Amino acid sequence: MIATLVATPLGIGVAWLLARRDFWGKSVVDALIHLPLVLPPVVTGYLLLLTLGRRGLVGAWLADHLGIVFAFRWTGAALACGVMSFPLLVRPIRLSIEAIDRRLEQAAGTLGAAPWQVFATITLPLALPGVLAGMVLGFAKAIGEFGATITFVSNIPGETQTISSAIYSLIQTPDGDTAALRLVLISIVIAMSALIASEWFARRATQRLHGN
Amino acid sequence: MLRVEVIKKLGEFTLEASFTSDGRVTGLFGASGAGKTSLINMIAGLLRPDRGSIVIDGETLDDTTARIHVPAHRRRIGYVFQDARLFPHLDVRQNLDFGRRMNRLADDPAQRARVTDLLDIGGLLDRRPGQLSGGERQRVALGRALLSKPRLLLLDEPLGSLDEGRKVEILPYLVRLRDEAGVPMVYVSHDAGEMRQLATQIVILKRGRVIAFGGGEILPLAASG
Repeated sequence: MIATLVATPLGIGVAWLLARRDFWGKSVVDALIHLPLVLPPVVTGYLLLLTLGRRGLVGAWLADHLGIVFAFRWTGAALACGVMSFPLLVRPIRLSIEAIDRRLEQAAGTLGAAPWQVFATITLPLALPGVLAGMVLGFAKAIGEFGATITFVSNIPGETQTISSAIYSLIQTPDGDTAALRLVLISIVIAMSALIASEWFARRATQRLHGN
Repeated sequence: MLRVEVIKKLGEFTLEASFTSDGRVTGLFGASGAGKTSLINMIAGLLRPDRGSIVIDGETLDDTTARIHVPAHRRRIGYVFQDARLFPHLDVRQNLDFGRRMNRLADDPAQRARVTDLLDIGGLLDRRPGQLSGGERQRVALGRALLSKPRLLLLDEPLGSLDEGRKVEILPYLVRLRDEAGVPMVYVSHDAGEMRQLATQIVILKRGRVIAFGGGEILPLAASG
């Protein structure tokens, strides 16, 4: 939840950059964002541990100077989930921004709207269904994240446990089957509703662009 | 008073135009591909000239030697596009109000009433752009541009996407606009008939060059219709 909420503004920003700007190294940024999608999750988690772990390059500095520790905390779990769900979050947002007619943004400019006002009043509202679709997909991914989370912050009930790692623990315990099954059902329901919701948002998006 | 003196390379073709006009309606006349739209896009600030300057009422909006380029949103130049470009997620009322909100102008109900009356769009205020006809859309776009209180109004073939019947429907509104709204206009068209009815000064463009400047008498007679 936290992961999705924090990642969304960032995701909108990145999606806008990728959709609307041409800059040096754009394809590298694009690839980096999509990397968690294709990289084994354990590798992503291990990379996070190396960089942001207590003795990691960035992690040590954060811990010493700002007292921020990610490793084996719920914040770390949120971070791992955020990184893993980021590509799923960014993609629909980017597609919906690319679908917006740039000439509408030009028209807004001639009416006196500064670039940030164009973004706030034209681009963002028209891309809103895409943003919501991205949030839903990202959220569904985040609660089920397993590999990166368990590598980076382990599997501590009530602190760093996601649905997947909880199911995994329950299967390992002798009488955990029914509890595990319950979680399985919950995750199926969440996944299904996420997909249906994002489809629905996508349909809304096309309607919106046609002004009905 | 509008003074334009620009050079812009556009692919294979170079637009090189200069004219000065203080008419109420400056007509830019020429066949499609003559560079009319590029020229008013430069006046609007949507396109940057390679070399040259654009000055309105003594204020320099573009001057490449002095490295001046005022961005579109600070020019106070209204633009009515051929394809209206109403914002699809806003209703007509919000579309009309957009310019006022962006420029943080005080609410001016009298002005709004005047413009909605002038264009007969009072009955459309609660509709979405998707529910309007082509002619209605173009009238709303005119109103939207006027209500941002521009010092100059650019009209790029506002009748271009309409069929003959609709053209006859909109033309009287444009004449009323010219006579009552008090905003100077630049009117782009390839239709000599429209030009004769609306423009007080005419610039004829051909393949990126100004080939004639003057009153209605410079228009080709054969092409009128």
